[in-house]
Parts: sequence; structure tokens; C-alpha cells
Amino acid sequence: MSDSIGLWGVPLAILGGAIRVSTPFIFVSLGETITERSGRINLGLEGTLVFGAMTGYATAVVTGSPWLGILAAACAGILFGLFHGWICKFPKVNDIAIGIALMQFGMGLAFFFGKPFIQPSAPHLPAIPFGWWSSVPQVQAALSVNVLFIIGALLAVALWWAFRNTRVGLIIRVVGDSADAARAMGLNPNTVRLFATAVGGALAAIGGAYLSLYYPGSWTEGISSGQGLMAVALVIFARWNPIGCFAAALLFGGAGALGPALQSVGVTQGYYLFYAAPYVLTLLIMVATASPSRQLAGAPGELSITK
Amino acid sequence: MSINEGSDSSLKTLRSAEAPRKPGAIGLEAAGMTMRFGSFTALDNVSIKVPAGSFHALLGENGAGKSTLVKCIMGFYHPTAGQIVIGGHEVAIDSPRDASALGLGMVYQHFTLVPSLTGAENLVISREHVPGVIDWSVERKALAAFMETMPFKLPLDVPVRSLAAGEKQKLEIVKQLYLGRNFLVLDEPTSVLTPGEASEVLGLVRGMTQRGEITVLMISHKFHEVTAFADEITVLRRGKLAGSGRVKDLTTRDMAGMMIGDVPLAALDSRLAVAPDAKPILSVKALSAPDRSGLKTIRIADLNVRSGEIVGIAGISGNGQKEFVEVLAGQRKKTAGDIRVKAAPYAATRGETRENNVRFIPEEPLQNACAPKMTVAENLAFRTFDVGQGGKPATWIDGRSIKKYAAHLVGAFKVKTASLASPISALSGGNVQRAVLARELTGEVDLLICSNPCFGLDFSAVAEIRARIMKARNAGAAVLLLSEDLDELLELSDRILVMSDGVLVYETPIATANVMTIGEHMAGHH
Repeated sequence: MSDSIGLWGVPLAILGGAIRVSTPFIFVSLGETITERSGRINLGLEGTLVFGAMTGYATAVVTGSPWLGILAAACAGILFGLFHGWICKFPKVNDIAIGIALMQFGMGLAFFFGKPFIQPSAPHLPAIPFGWWSSVPQVQAALSVNVLFIIGALLAVALWWAFRNTRVGLIIRVVGDSADAARAMGLNPNTVRLFATAVGGALAAIGGAYLSLYYPGSWTEGISSGQGLMAVALVIFARWNPIGCFAAALLFGGAGALGPALQSVGVTQGYYLFYAAPYVLTLLIMVATASPSRQLAGAPGELSITK
Repeated sequence: MSINEGSDSSLKTLRSAEAPRKPGAIGLEAAGMTMRFGSFTALDNVSIKVPAGSFHALLGENGAGKSTLVKCIMGFYHPTAGQIVIGGHEVAIDSPRDASALGLGMVYQHFTLVPSLTGAENLVISREHVPGVIDWSVERKALAAFMETMPFKLPLDVPVRSLAAGEKQKLEIVKQLYLGRNFLVLDEPTSVLTPGEASEVLGLVRGMTQRGEITVLMISHKFHEVTAFADEITVLRRGKLAGSGRVKDLTTRDMAGMMIGDVPLAALDSRLAVAPDAKPILSVKALSAPDRSGLKTIRIADLNVRSGEIVGIAGISGNGQKEFVEVLAGQRKKTAGDIRVKAAPYAATRGETRENNVRFIPEEPLQNACAPKMTVAENLAFRTFDVGQGGKPATWIDGRSIKKYAAHLVGAFKVKTASLASPISALSGGNVQRAVLARELTGEVDLLICSNPCFGLDFSAVAEIRARIMKARNAGAAVLLLSEDLDELLELSDRILVMSDGVLVYETPIATANVMTIGEHMAGHH
């Protein structure tokens, strides 16, 4: 029993995988939620994520501290966000087009600066072994939870609370829903969106740093498999609700872990089909929750996709 | 904070907590206000004096410069010339923020509430000093105590987007009172209120002016309101001061004369008798549909509208009228029941609408009947652009004939627009309404469904629109008129029904209609 837990390995591996894989989704989608709630879409988060992965890794290599790496990534993300927000304040600029341009820019820049850091290895972020009570290695592996996941979970709850209960949260929602009303209150929508995009960029970059500093835990040019873009879709899927984002990321991560988990218990045929599980699942849920008779609930009114 | 000692003290407490300004009414004087846009003079050397604690009415036609004057006072425009004096000191108002710092507040004709926020959130976030972390249990208590002092009840916990126009308007007024303004500009505040509610709101506001708590400048078109509540009036015509004076020295006729000059008002056609054998055009049976909250249902048991009659539906906003119109317009799905037009089942498809000559004048026409960013000409062509010569489907859009058609309608319905190619959202509310009316009333009309067709329109526009509806009726159209304006229903309808809580609860022919009885049924006493 101690060396084999049979089919119990599958849900355990899915749980562990969900936690591992979902962490970057959580950060990027929470960041994008803040940005979109303020009425702007930043599609450039994929570029920010890759640049954050590079910056975090490089800083960790140089300083020896993964936490300084996270901090450096967040700063880089803020710069990307500010740049996006600054360009978008000009009239007739389309935030989606700028986002795509910035995505390419961020990835290119990351590959350019990241070349020397492909070889050296950086210290990893710590994990908390919640599975200490068990002698089963699979349990221990599944319950070894990285610190960023916990921070992300707390952040999701905090954001959900803040959108209802804090001045800043309400201001972001006002600006995101009606720029006219915001102006009548003496708020400058561009300024609010600038900061919201900067915070969104910072969170996306932290999501990237997680990739290079924890899982898979090294810097390569193929480090991202589109997490930055998928997270933007997750936000819509989660109806702009931070807790929804957390749940959606977890679901997505769990579905993504299905393929490897089946492989680990000896399924050799067709397990790679399960790699498509997250996408199939997303499609199914979208179809099931869509309704022809009502609008996308919770969509901020100023968003360029809903206008 | 003691908030249970009666209405006055709670208002004062709120005000002193929210605003560092001194409470109490302030006087405002604007002298020699001139505003030019390029070569166009919107406001020409207009002076107005509103003493502290007075209730002042600003009258004028569409485009007379009322909004321009008010926007200069509120800091949205920088006047070309003129001074503003508040409380004896000349002030510079460069932005709306300056205006609110001086204690000036405004209720706009276009709503400025944030649609996805709840009423409570809208109120709290509009305050000048919002705490970083909002303690909702405290805020809710304070709001509940504040709402106790208001003459009407509003749901503060649902998103504003799901409120009807009348409820939004009330919330706008409540918001300004909540913010404790010293000087309030009301831009046609009662357009969507029932007579009872309008008197309540204006009575409350009037009471506050008499106690010296606020000063009010109200843009209005309703003479009976002006006569009943205002102390003084100022009348503008084509950007110039056309007259002013104390209300008690003036008759309605004097005011109308100042307002419109010598232009005659459109008169209603005399009412032709409804033929006894007139066929029902619209018949609704056992209809049910969910209301906007999804919690209640509207149920229309049996409603017939015959050719050549106007059936008016009265009701306080938010009692299901909006949903009923949405079902008839095909914007909302019915859950059960039967809608027939000319005895054939009707689902509001484009084909059925066209075949039966069904026309719609919804409320908030810019949102519900227009594509705001498309041009005036394109919007006017929505009923006709896909029909070619001889009624066949058109393959190519004929831009030239669309323009010609639009130019004709704009002329016939006196739509004021800079150009046929400007976006329809650039037009004033009255002109959007006129444009929609032009589109809907042109050609053959067998069934006309209108919802609050005169919301926010001025005197002569209202007279003209009512005349056109009556004309359509006399030409044989069946008209279903949903309105929150009882005067309008009494003027136009052949039968009046009352809708309350999603159900038609009362019906009376116009000959025996009694305002008090209708009002009681509207208020839910039946």
C-alpha cells in the first residue's frame, strides 16, 4: 500500500496538477479582471508574462533570491502595463490592437535579454508540505503547495471583497461601466485605467515568474504555452468575478493535469487526447452557461468587446 | 450620529458629515453669459438671478439655450463671456468638480448613474469623501434612515440597470439630496413620474427651499408644475433672454407667449368616433413573461386594441410596463400566452412587423430604437433600406434614395440636425424622438405601440407628437400607449387601463375616467 495507491493516484495527481498548473492562470486572470473591470482589455499579458518569467529568472540567478525575482518581475509588469495604459489614453487607439502588438514586443524583448540565462539555474520558490502527515509519496507530492498559489487564493478573495467594499474597488467599477458617470463624479477614466492596467501587468508578470521559478522551473523560450492568452478568456468565462477566476483557473489546471495523471497510472493509449480536456471543458461550460435571451452578465459597459 | 430625530435633523447630520461647506441655501447670479461655438451663438448675453432659498424655473424650447446656460454654470462649458456670483462673491467655475465644491449639484436629463452598480453603491461612491474601506452595515443603516425622509421608496440593492426610467430619475434626485447640495439644478425632473410622485418630489424640494436648505433652478416644460411650485421664472428663446418675472404675476398664457413667441402650437385633431364594428388589431391573451428581476411575472389576461382607438396603459414605472413592451417588441421572450395581430400569431419578426404595419416608439429611443453611432439618414432608413422597387428585397443599399428619403422626413418632422451624415447620438433628446417618430409614423400604420413618447420633450414638441399620434389614430391605426404621464393618457386615450404589479387591474372608458380612481389603482389599492 505504501508504494502503490492504485487508481487513487489519478485524483491525487489531478489535485496536485491543478494547484501547480493553475497558479499562473490565477495571477494573470486576476490581473486582467482588474484591468477589464476598469473598462480596458489588455491582450498583451502573454508578452508581459513571458517577460516576467525572464526578468524573474534572471534576477533570481543574479541575486540568489527567488523573491527578489518575483519583485523584479512585478516591476517589469508594471512598466508594461503603464505603457499599454499610456498609449490607450490617446483617442482612436484600440486597446485590443495595442495589446497584440505589446504581446509580440514583450516576447521578443524577453528572448533578446533572456539568451544568457537559459543555462544557469536559479533557486526555486518554496513550497509548503501540507502532506507531511502521510507516508505516501503521491500524497506528499500532491499536497506540496507552492506559496504563490496560496497568495493567489487569498488575493482572489481580497479582490472580490475589494470590488464591493472599498473606494478603489467601486471607482474601478464606475470607470469600467460608465465613463460619463465617472467624469460627472470628477474622476479621470484614463488615469484610473492606467493604474488598473499597471496592476494587471504586475500580476501577469508574477504569473510568468512562477513559470520560470517554480513549475516547470527554468527559463526557456517555450516557457509559456499561451497561459497569458488563455487567462484573458478565463476572465470572460468567470464573468469578471475574481473568485470565479480562481475557480476557473483551478478547473482548467485540473483538466490539464488529466492527461499526465492517466499516463502516470499506465494508460498508454490515447492519453494525449486528454491534453485537450481543458479546452473541451471550457467549450462545454461556455455552451451550457450561455443564454440567447440575456446579455453577458457582469460585463463592464465600457469594454470595447461589449460596446 | 443621531439619525432618528426626524427628517430635518437627519438631513443636516448627513450634510455636515459629508460636506465641509456650510449647510443652507446659497444664491446664484449669472450676468452677461455668452457662449459661442464657432460662429454659432448658443447663448447671447443672458443674465439670471436666483436668490438663496428660491425655487426658480428656467423655461424655453429645445435649443433655446437652457442646457448651455446650465452647463456654463456647472462648469462643463467655459462661457465666452459672463460672470457668476455665488453668495456675493464672484467665482470661477472651471470644472464640474469646482461646481460641486461650491455646493452646486445637477440632475441631468441623461442619466449619470452607473448601470452595473446598485443604488446604494451609486450613492456612496458619488460622495466627495468615501472611506477607503466601506463599512456596508453602517452605510446601509445611514441610507435606510436617509430614505425614511424621502417621499418614495426605491430598491437600493439591485443594479441600477434594472430600474425603469422613472426609478432612475428618482434615484438621481435622491442622490443630489443625499450629497447635501446647497444649489440644485433639475433638468426636467418629473418627466417620468406619476402626478402624485411629481407633486411629492417637488413638494419635498419646495419644502427644503422654504426652510432655506437649498436653492433650486428647474428646467421644466410643465406649466402646472411651474405655477404650483416655482417662485420666479426666466424664459429663454433662441439663446436670448425672452422674459422673466414672479410666477404669481404671470399667467400660463404669458409664459407660453415668452417661450414660443408667436408660433402656433400643433392642435389635436378632433377625435373621430371609434366604429362599433372596428376590428381588433392587437389581441393579447393569457400572456406571461418574467420581469427584469426574474422573480416576478407579468400577466396580461386579455387585451384588445381595435382599429382607430387609443388604449392607454397607466402605471407607476416598474410595474411591468417595460417588460410588456419588450415582449411586444420581440426583445423579451414570453413564457406562455398568445399575441395576435390581425388574428394571426405575432412574434415580432421583421417580416411580420412589415406585413402588418406594426410600428414602435419605445422609451429611451436612442438606446431602444436607434443605432447611436450610425448617421441620422441611416437610422431613418431602418424600416425601408432593405426594400427595393416594388417591394422586392433590395440587393444593394441605395445611398442616394436613403438620403433623399431622410431629407424629406427631417423636413416634414422638423428634426434639427447639423447634417444627415452626423451620428444620431449627436442630436438632442427631443430631436432623436422626432427622428424615431418620423421613421415610425411614415407610411401605413396599422398598429402603433408607444411607450412614454414625450419623455423629456418640451412644450411644442409634446403638442406636436401628441397631434401626430392622434392623427395616426384617426387614420385607422390601433394605438397602444403606455405612459407614466396621466395628463397625456387622459388627453389621448379612448380607454384607460391601469397596470399594477404586472397585471392589468382596472379599465375605464375615457368618458368615465377619474384621476383619483386611476391613481388609487396605480398605487395598488384595488
